[in-house]
Amino acid sequence: MSGMTANTESISKVATTKPVNPFWYKIRRNPLTLFGLFLLLLILLASIFAPLISSYDPTKINITQRFAPPSGDHWFGTDEVGRDIFTRILYGARLSLGVGVAVVFGAGLIGTVIGAISGYFGGKLDQIIMRLMDIVLAFPSLVLAMAVAATLGPNLQNAMLAIAIIKIPVYVRLARAETLALREKLFVKAAVTFGIKPWRIIARHIIPNALSPVVIQVTLDIGDAILLVATLGFLGLGAQPPTPEWGAMISIGWKYLLDYWWYPTFPGLALFLASCGFNLIGDGIRDILDPKANR
Amino acid sequence: MLLEIKELTVEFTSMQDKIKALKNVSISINQGEIVGIVGESGSGKSVTALTILGLLEKNASIPAGSITYKGRNILTLDKKELQALRGKEIGMVFQEPMTALHPTMRIGDQLAEVIHRHRRISYREAYQQAVISLAEVQINDPELVARKYPFELSGGMRQRVVIALAMSAPPDLLIADEPTTALDVTIQHEILKLMQDLAAKRGTSIMLITHDLGVVAEVCQRVVVMYAGEVVETGTTEEVLHRPNHPYTKALIGALPDLAVPGQALSAIPGESPDLRNRPRGCVFASRCADSLPICVEESPVLEQAYNGVHTHQVACWRREAE
Repeated sequence: MSGMTANTESISKVATTKPVNPFWYKIRRNPLTLFGLFLLLLILLASIFAPLISSYDPTKINITQRFAPPSGDHWFGTDEVGRDIFTRILYGARLSLGVGVAVVFGAGLIGTVIGAISGYFGGKLDQIIMRLMDIVLAFPSLVLAMAVAATLGPNLQNAMLAIAIIKIPVYVRLARAETLALREKLFVKAAVTFGIKPWRIIARHIIPNALSPVVIQVTLDIGDAILLVATLGFLGLGAQPPTPEWGAMISIGWKYLLDYWWYPTFPGLALFLASCGFNLIGDGIRDILDPKANR
Repeated sequence: MLLEIKELTVEFTSMQDKIKALKNVSISINQGEIVGIVGESGSGKSVTALTILGLLEKNASIPAGSITYKGRNILTLDKKELQALRGKEIGMVFQEPMTALHPTMRIGDQLAEVIHRHRRISYREAYQQAVISLAEVQINDPELVARKYPFELSGGMRQRVVIALAMSAPPDLLIADEPTTALDVTIQHEILKLMQDLAAKRGTSIMLITHDLGVVAEVCQRVVVMYAGEVVETGTTEEVLHRPNHPYTKALIGALPDLAVPGQALSAIPGESPDLRNRPRGCVFASRCADSLPICVEESPVLEQAYNGVHTHQVACWRREAE
């Protein structure tokens, strides 16, 4: 009797189980990706709720509190002018995430439009655009970003611009490849026979259908962009003090490493975890979306 | 005369080869007329259509001939003029309704985009017009269908949408490239009827490209039979189908399943189309023709009146029956 009830119960359970979203299912099965997602969520929450989590001002100088070691008041200690390092890391997360997202979205948008134009019109225009992109790709990306940032002057905007420039060719190539395939599709040819103008075909028929690989690339690139911003900041070519930027904080803090270990260590740890998180998620998404890599 | 193609020759250059896809093709279409273009794959039907729309690939050249539409030679128009002509004056319906629609745009928006392009009305008005044009192609509940994506519609519905798209401007000439080939037989008939009715209502001419003589018999007033890029026979549907003169036309009609004697194998035409890189000196059909004469391989026949007295019926054959 009891066996029967257990049986009917399990049947009803099977019947009521909702279909599992395959994307979510695969993420759940991959602990590393899940960890990456957790890190990303942590950074996101930190940047959104920074003012609620900490009551300190990230740029206010308090000379009496300089180089205070980690304690209940200052979880990660203070720096050479008495600013709370934990607070600066929270605001730094906000900056890094914002800059990373903005730069990659900007580069993605510009690159996609250029790539679609290049692929759709073809011919000489295509040749010129693609050779220009090859020139950009020929340089090691960090070296080129440094050169651009140094030439334009060291500040955050120019660092963002420099990173966007080195990221654009990737999107141009992606969008161009998709466009070449789409151009031959019947619905695009049909639009031509209906007299739709080329610009409109690119904007409404090509680009919306070329976006999926671009979106994947965007998710993969954000972490990289964050790391690049910090790198330029560390080299003095990005955000300038007193901006609470992780790279700039490490750049000043590393001189104090032996006496006040907490100063460069915590921003470094934050940067490490952030790029770790983005890379784990990027790998996870690539595994999920690439059917050939299925284990 | 709405459209007059005169002695049109189209060549494609690929690597070192020159392929003559069309040779001396002359086709005319009157206002409100439905003309069938019949021929097997590679006979130049679709190339003719693309040439009219100015959509030939870059490796194509037009060494001779003219296409006059409403008194203007289409071959001399520039890019902008051609863009304005496409859709607005000449619409096109494609063979595969499955892939001819934008997969991620709603039906109503696709229609409105074309209507907005060709008429001086706002997008909102164009959208309302789009719903009306869906009703005109006999789609029930056009407002609901306008909000749908192509993948939510059946093949027959999609072809109705494609026809609505092609006719939305509305054009005076509709080129339909095998519009019913991808559809099942019951739907085929409905689609043909729909095109016929719309054309009659608006006075639209239709150039119906097909390889199905049954379709021609059903809707076309005149028919042009093409083979290897040449017009081999042309005339009223009645004349050409009932008194075919060219051996190729005869063979095509003989291959029709509807006319076959039950229990007997269908007759097929032996051999294959000639290599268009080296056109034969004589008649293009000579190598496959059952009744070829010595002159057939020597000299190419020209399109001449068949059967004395019937001016509309012309044939290019040395065995032309002129009695």
